[in-house]
Amino acid sequence: MADHPSLSPTEESLPIELRKDPMAKRLSRFPWWFLTMILIALWTAYIIYSRENYSKAFERIIRGLGTTIITALVAYGVALVFGLLAGLGRISRNVVLNNLATLYVELIRGIPMLVLIFFIALVGVPTVVDAVNGLGGWLNDLGLTAVGGILSRVNNQAVSMSVRAVIALAVTYGAFLAEIFRAGIQSIGRGQTEAARSLGMSTGQAMRYVILPQAVRNVLPALGNDFVAMVKDSSLVSVLAVRDITQVARLYAGSTFRFREAYVTLSVLYLTMTVALSLLIQLVERRLRRHAR
Amino acid sequence: MPDNIIEIRDLHKHFGDVRALNGISLTVERGSVVVVIGPSGSGKSTLLRCINHLETPTSGEVWIDGKRLTTNAKQLNAVRAEIGMVFQLFNLFPHLTVMENVTLAQRVVRKRPQEEAQEIAMQQLEHVGIPEKANAYPEQLSGGQQQRVAIARALAMNPKIMLFDEPTSALDPEMIREVLDVMLTLAKEGMTMVVVSHEMGFTRAAADSVILMDEGLIVEDTTPEELFTAPKHERTKLFLSQILHHTD
Repeated sequence: MADHPSLSPTEESLPIELRKDPMAKRLSRFPWWFLTMILIALWTAYIIYSRENYSKAFERIIRGLGTTIITALVAYGVALVFGLLAGLGRISRNVVLNNLATLYVELIRGIPMLVLIFFIALVGVPTVVDAVNGLGGWLNDLGLTAVGGILSRVNNQAVSMSVRAVIALAVTYGAFLAEIFRAGIQSIGRGQTEAARSLGMSTGQAMRYVILPQAVRNVLPALGNDFVAMVKDSSLVSVLAVRDITQVARLYAGSTFRFREAYVTLSVLYLTMTVALSLLIQLVERRLRRHAR
Repeated sequence: MPDNIIEIRDLHKHFGDVRALNGISLTVERGSVVVVIGPSGSGKSTLLRCINHLETPTSGEVWIDGKRLTTNAKQLNAVRAEIGMVFQLFNLFPHLTVMENVTLAQRVVRKRPQEEAQEIAMQQLEHVGIPEKANAYPEQLSGGQQQRVAIARALAMNPKIMLFDEPTSALDPEMIREVLDVMLTLAKEGMTMVVVSHEMGFTRAAADSVILMDEGLIVEDTTPEELFTAPKHERTKLFLSQILHHTD
């Protein structure tokens, strides 16, 4: 810079905030929020370790961690499948598929998630179970007792609340992911499809080998964000009495009246998971950007 | 009797109110090179894209090697595998290496085993002069190299016909030559080619016939010699004066 006097303006010509010394500049760019977060985490960890009330709350609540993680992971996995199928349906030129997918997405987006979870778990699942029983009875009448017997014996108790919670979260998130996949697919230029089709590939082959790999790479950040959101929203399953960390914390707080201990610990647990996940996602993205073209 | 590999009868293509093709009839003999010229918006690209039904014609018939194209997906996929197409913007698959670009359709359409596909890919990459770039990604190549890979990708399917849609229009001047050289070699080897291009050097050296299009119609169907020495129509003379001014 010193070789180009015209490019390095004098101190006086610089705006005031840039005239500061480099140390001040670095300090102003330092991610103070992140340091604060780490301090909060360390401080809470210390409190949980040193105070008996907090240690007890932590020991209880941590028992729900497995349920939270498994619920979020399984529900997200299923939601990816729903989302991909619905996303493909949204761009399909088949009128039936297209309308079915759009109906699904619009229905889900128009209802609060909490209400959806009640609805799917307490109305949707029993309705499907009734339908399966009906189908089983019909197959029995036809003489197909081997299959019919199994189907007619399915009852509502067989579908546990944990499973219903996972179904509810997956159906809900499937609609969000569908829009992400749709946007990703539409972000790939027409030329790619044309090149694939001109080589004799079918629509499906072009989608599978040419469009989807590029589309998924483009929407990975959005998919990652939604997984973090899923971890947080998994707390809603507590309304179905599924013993995730939220439900365990509620139970603990209710029985001991130690609300502060329970909810401080609970919040820090979620925060730790989501911040760690965000960092992990950033790392993966950076790596993908370096390797992928 | 002439051996016509492409036969087009009274082809119309409308995009809404826009009439891109207004009744084109054209035959292409096996092994011949046809160059299509004309002002932008005259329907050259649409004609090319109707030959392999990337655009579905509004009416009219396209016959490839004695078979009439329908909208049946299976038939179209099979016919398209026999017709290579090279695009103005290359359209290489950016997430795949050069080798994968050239082997993908061989494997999933032709069902060739991996090893055979790679062998053929290597031959074609040597054909277009860049075997050393097999493991590169498209973005690491120059425009000219990308277009040559695109040609190799089409050739690896052993097509009977090659369509070129303004293959050099998006290239920097110093890279046009390397692509035209590959196309010239192909023409000499007897490939049937339909080329939309204003490269008059290529037309002079390789074309068996030249077609001038305007407003969705064929204005003049002639040979390169006649085109340059004795164009019949006023429209042709005007157009030639415009493009020759720039190219030669």
